[in-house]
Amino acid sequence: MFGRGAMSNSQTELENAPLIFATGTNTTETHPVLALRVKKAVSKGAKLMVADPRKIGLTEFAHRWLPLKIGSDTVLYNTMAHVIIEEDLYDHEFVSERTEGLGELRKFLKTYTPEYGESHTGLPREEIVAAAREYAIAERAAVIYTLGVTEHVHGVYNVQALANLTMLTGNLGIPSAGLNPLRGQNNVQGAGDMGALPAFLPGYQRHGDDEARARFEKEWGVELDPKPGLTKVAAVEEMLEDRIKGLWVMGENTIVSEANTNKTREALGELDLMVVQDLFLTETAQVADVVLPAAAYAEVEGTYTNTDRRVQRLRKAVDAPGVARSDWEGILEVANRMGYAMSYSGPSEVWDEAARLAPIISGISYERIEKEGLQWPCPTPDHPGTSFLHEHTFVSGRGRFMMTPHVPAAEPPDDDYPFVLTTGRRRPTYHTGTMTRRDERLNELVPEEVLEINLEDAVDLRLEDGDEADVSSRRGTLRLPVKITDMSPAGIAFMSFSFPDKAMTNVLTTDEHDPQSHTAQFKATAVQIRRVAG
Amino acid sequence: MTIVEKVRTICPFCGTGCGMELNVFQGKVVGVTPDWSSPVSEGALCVKGQFGTGFIHSPDRLTTPLVRQNGELQEASWEEATTLIAEAFGKIKERYGGAGFALWSSSRSTNESNFMLEKFAHAVLGTNNVDNCSRT
Repeated sequence: MFGRGAMSNSQTELENAPLIFATGTNTTETHPVLALRVKKAVSKGAKLMVADPRKIGLTEFAHRWLPLKIGSDTVLYNTMAHVIIEEDLYDHEFVSERTEGLGELRKFLKTYTPEYGESHTGLPREEIVAAAREYAIAERAAVIYTLGVTEHVHGVYNVQALANLTMLTGNLGIPSAGLNPLRGQNNVQGAGDMGALPAFLPGYQRHGDDEARARFEKEWGVELDPKPGLTKVAAVEEMLEDRIKGLWVMGENTIVSEANTNKTREALGELDLMVVQDLFLTETAQVADVVLPAAAYAEVEGTYTNTDRRVQRLRKAVDAPGVARSDWEGILEVANRMGYAMSYSGPSEVWDEAARLAPIISGISYERIEKEGLQWPCPTPDHPGTSFLHEHTFVSGRGRFMMTPHVPAAEPPDDDYPFVLTTGRRRPTYHTGTMTRRDERLNELVPEEVLEINLEDAVDLRLEDGDEADVSSRRGTLRLPVKITDMSPAGIAFMSFSFPDKAMTNVLTTDEHDPQSHTAQFKATAVQIRRVAG
Repeated sequence: MTIVEKVRTICPFCGTGCGMELNVFQGKVVGVTPDWSSPVSEGALCVKGQFGTGFIHSPDRLTTPLVRQNGELQEASWEEATTLIAEAFGKIKERYGGAGFALWSSSRSTNESNFMLEKFAHAVLGTNNVDNCSRT
């Protein structure tokens, strides 16, 4: 395609975008402050187009809501691209100067007519055509998306199909535009930047890149493996095959957060040694062999990198309880005991080593970000940082249009499991709830998990608000109260996964995943819902 | 007279990266003030950022390493816990090489801790099987 696992543009730029296309992102719940930028843009006259099966908060601010069928995202984007090409609305200059593969794309998209789009997405063809035209003719248009796009077996095709749209319309390399995945966790961007990914060393340098690997080997005094490693999904399979025997989990409640809980549990049970570093004895720490107490964000010095690539300083406010330590200090002690001697005066020295090795952040130091964070790429100490990417060229040279076929969901609803469960977030709770469930104020706002269903379904199932229901998938059953809502359309149920003590949501979800990204299909699990008799 | 110290930091929840000041009194976080100088949030915070500090001083916090003995997790010192890990990982490395390990890093922890975990994986355990929470 063209580039980077990061937002192409910045959140501050969003408020000046003439058009925002929000797809698969419940931004007001997941990124409430970033959503303020979107609302501000609307108040300044921007058009907001929302594509989401659920009537999410953003739809209140949208001039066009596209309530597509769950899992039909690729078809919507492909159809929009079809319209843009066939109606000659694409940016000829950008396409000829910066991209390749238009001819092939045009041929590939021939079948994605508005009629075909309508039959798969359930949206009126006129709506799709109108959306395509609006997106294409907007002076600048920003796409924002989150896991509604990626948590499908066709997540990569979804992202690539969106990327095709941004390239066709020349919405890259300029402010207030672009392709913008809003990252869900405070430092998910930084974790990837730092090389905590199987395909990369720090700074998105591939293990197979001899020049890059040699720099790391020299700095660290060891020989490194030139082949990429295994994703979490692949590693779980290796554990079940008895080939991975040692696991280190740093601050992740894997048992609760991974799809198909029972399978994850079984895999972890096969290990010789499992180490967990965490703040709490989470469901995952409970099955570990060694648990190391971690210091929380308020207790450490360091940096986080936010969704728009901004490296920012966090500072120690209070002491950690007992003998809890920063994650990196715990790791360091084990490394030293294993005979690999390392010592650092503090986190800034760790950062400096990362910055030395990763050119995208080489110009960033604690000193420079004392007052305000800097956005990578920032290769030199006098570089001002980068608000938007791809200004003159793509990392890969020319941007390549990708062929993105429609792949139907794994495990579609059927007679036995006629509903689709989609999982997501609610503003006052966070992920597996280890932090937010321990705050009485947040607990008051959302005290328990509920199964959100549409009124029509509730009537059919003879369920009233608060009634208990059994929700079952091919992997398990949970009992929880229902909440009747007009946010979910008929046929779609919604749950978060923040209440593992009462409802371990991912017992239900399928671990069928995208073959390229290894992200599971959290957004669509076939379930049955039954009223609990009595 | 009560003196509340304010420490500028970054919200630990979603990826927006809002600026905040932790209000500290007698060694405890007692409140949060938005950071008006943050170019990201410009004084805004959501309900989690503004109020979600209760977990910091929760009585449930782990305060010491734990090691499984006779099936139960028992309190241990850092020396005991890290020695046990080093020995067990040493044996796995001998028998299976780097392929015998997986390391799952944290999208919640700092860059520095993420860097250290991948360095430990790549340089000490000899494996590239390091991943983080970005796929879930």
